[in-house]
Amino acid sequence: MTDQFEPRLIGFLCRWCSYNGADLAGTSRLKYPANMVPIKTNCSGRVDPTHILKAFKEGADGVLIAGCHPGDCHYINGNYRTAGRYPLMEKLLEQMGLEHGRVRLEWVSAAEGEKFQRVVTEFTEEIRALGPLGWGTQFHDEAAEGDAAEAAREAVPA
Amino acid sequence: MSGEEEAKMPEDKIAVYFCHCGSNIAGKVDVDKVVAWAAEQPNVTVAREYKYMCSDPGQDLIKDDIQKLGVNRVVVAACSPTMHEPTFRKAASDAGLNPYLLQMANVREHCSWVTEDRDEATEKAMRILNAQIHRLPFNEALDPIEVPVNPAVMVVGGGIAGIEAALKLSATGKKVYLVEKKPSIGGHMAMFDKTFPTLDCAACILTPKMSAAGKDPNIEMLAYSEVEEVEGYVGNFKVKVRKKARFVNTDTCTGCGACIEACVVRKVPSEFDQGLGKRSAVYIPFPQAVPLRATIDAANCLTLKGKKCKQPCVTACGPGAIDFEQQDEVLDLEVGAIIMATGFELWEPDQDPRYGYGKLDNVISSLEFERISNASGPTGGHIVCKNGEAPKSVAILHCIGSRDQNHQEFCSRVCCMYSLKFSHLIKEHLPDTEVYELYIDMRCYGKGYEEFYRRLMDEGVHMVRGRAAEVTDLAMSPEEEGRLIVKTEDTLLGIVRRIPADMVILSSGLSPAKDAKEVSQTFGFGCSGNGFFLERHPKLEPVSTVTDGIFIAGCCQYPKDIPDTVAQAGAAAACALALVDNPTVKVEPTVSYIDPEKCCGCHICVSVCPHTAIQFNEEKKVAEVITAACKGCGVCVAACGSNVPQQAGYLDNQIFAEIEGAMAL
Repeated sequence: MTDQFEPRLIGFLCRWCSYNGADLAGTSRLKYPANMVPIKTNCSGRVDPTHILKAFKEGADGVLIAGCHPGDCHYINGNYRTAGRYPLMEKLLEQMGLEHGRVRLEWVSAAEGEKFQRVVTEFTEEIRALGPLGWGTQFHDEAAEGDAAEAAREAVPA
Repeated sequence: MSGEEEAKMPEDKIAVYFCHCGSNIAGKVDVDKVVAWAAEQPNVTVAREYKYMCSDPGQDLIKDDIQKLGVNRVVVAACSPTMHEPTFRKAASDAGLNPYLLQMANVREHCSWVTEDRDEATEKAMRILNAQIHRLPFNEALDPIEVPVNPAVMVVGGGIAGIEAALKLSATGKKVYLVEKKPSIGGHMAMFDKTFPTLDCAACILTPKMSAAGKDPNIEMLAYSEVEEVEGYVGNFKVKVRKKARFVNTDTCTGCGACIEACVVRKVPSEFDQGLGKRSAVYIPFPQAVPLRATIDAANCLTLKGKKCKQPCVTACGPGAIDFEQQDEVLDLEVGAIIMATGFELWEPDQDPRYGYGKLDNVISSLEFERISNASGPTGGHIVCKNGEAPKSVAILHCIGSRDQNHQEFCSRVCCMYSLKFSHLIKEHLPDTEVYELYIDMRCYGKGYEEFYRRLMDEGVHMVRGRAAEVTDLAMSPEEEGRLIVKTEDTLLGIVRRIPADMVILSSGLSPAKDAKEVSQTFGFGCSGNGFFLERHPKLEPVSTVTDGIFIAGCCQYPKDIPDTVAQAGAAAACALALVDNPTVKVEPTVSYIDPEKCCGCHICVSVCPHTAIQFNEEKKVAEVITAACKGCGVCVAACGSNVPQQAGYLDNQIFAEIEGAMAL
């Protein structure tokens, strides 16, 4: 375990469905890798592309966004906004040199503790396979070259 | 696009409390290490640990530090905020600190309970805690928003659960709307003959409650009605209810039944009798219906289908209550709380073709048997086969569609007991008939249930331990000709048996209603994996949902017997009462605010708001949030291209800081 690359992940969980789903995984004592730190918002629709970029800038190797299943959003259709933003954001991140698969969107209901366990476990291994992103070090290294580093420096909040 | 760095409050004094939660957290996370580390962090004034932070002494630690050390930001690393955030926020508030300056770090459900390795769990706990330590300096004091509460309550579903909840609420003086989609209240219980284990007649114990509900001045009975739309929030729900046209004026109809006698359409399969009996196009579902009013079924009435009819119902009706022009009526009702009591549907046994339901005569469902044994049912209470003769042998098959990975995995709790009840009824009516119970386990968990099972054994019922494999009419010997054969393993004898029967009753389980998902989406709460309505917490909040103000009771939450249903209905009524008995309720102030100086008037936020809580001010040419209507989703904040709206409690700066803290270690 010590020499293996340990991905550092952030998970945005919506307070009504996915956060409770994660809680259910906890009360059910389901075990999953400890690489992801959850951040709670009221709705997955609150998650901004700048938050995702910030996560990568601070050193994350992968970001998970988890919301309510379509039709179940506590705020009616907030999750539809998330679903709409996600493909656009993937394209943006691709242009910045981010491999496909570093940001993942999942629907996890409050009753899906097992799904949450499965998603976090799978995502951790997928990012492990992709390897470290290293944006954190790239940023702090002003001399880092390439379009990706330049574009990222321009776009991300200080 | 980037958020500005807000000036931090001068002198943030953060207090960190790490809860052991007994061994739930301390058993996995190295508490000493985390607390020692936390004490060193910027802005942290004090870091403490305690066995049970939610206890009084635990809460006192927080209060003392606020009052004596001038602590002005608090993080409690413990269980999920869904458990105790209100507890700790109240403690802070009692000590004079704004409750929104307290955060919880979930190191139990999200850490100690889900991580195998101690070191990994400790590191993750530190990252989760660090995220909150970084976030806190950006928290602002917020005041809860108080909204008025409408004291009326709506109960959706008029079975025993709904009726009980309505009666309990009415007894406290509250106005109740009881909405039932069938023409009469009573639900499934009205169909039963006797109830286990006391063998009370279902109608005898139910009808007094139905009658009381029908006469109660506080209960507005909306039978033959359905909820179409629900808007609003706790204390302030706006519900659209469609009162379907009965084509009978309910003010003048006396329920005398003359129209029913006169009706020329007489062979409509009766839903109440499970299709075994027939009714007319104009009908009353059962004699004790409440409200006792006729209903015309538009799908079968000749006049309403545009065909010729002499309309003998009109001639027969003394008060002249028939009204073919009647329209549906849509009501806009306002209530403060809603109780869902929409019940269940029986698992249809034709979904398992091995048992021959729908193909073989005399293979019947449990509800069909209830109607057969009921004196007011299609056979006048005589237990007879399709040919009118009494069965000499009856097999009752447990767990049809239940405890089965191919169908419903869960156990429906009541089927063993109702199957035993059926055995007793058969033995009572037909003492010489052989009765076989084919079961996996006998689940007799309730008060008087085990004793009832013993009694049935003494009555000579054959208990065969084995789940039936199939029901066939393929005879393998002359004795089997003309009979149903139930093939089963008898695990106690260790052999495979072919049991001859003249009637086979399939005891299938309870399913969620087919439209349960749709209904849950209309009202805005969730369903659990097996399709029943999801409770807020399986042990501590069994009648609440995650949506404040909406409660659930009875079999719509999960299969249960009548005693548990009635108890849950009372619990839901108490929860609703606790809400609507107050003039106001506090809602979370995590609402959005748009700075008019920065808004460029592009309308994007106006169009994305799910609650139409943002309006465009034509004079100032900027968007404005209607605070009372804002539910705090934050979608507008993320949608705005200029990053103008900000959501109190979830500011961009707070989220960025949380990310920094999580990734800093």
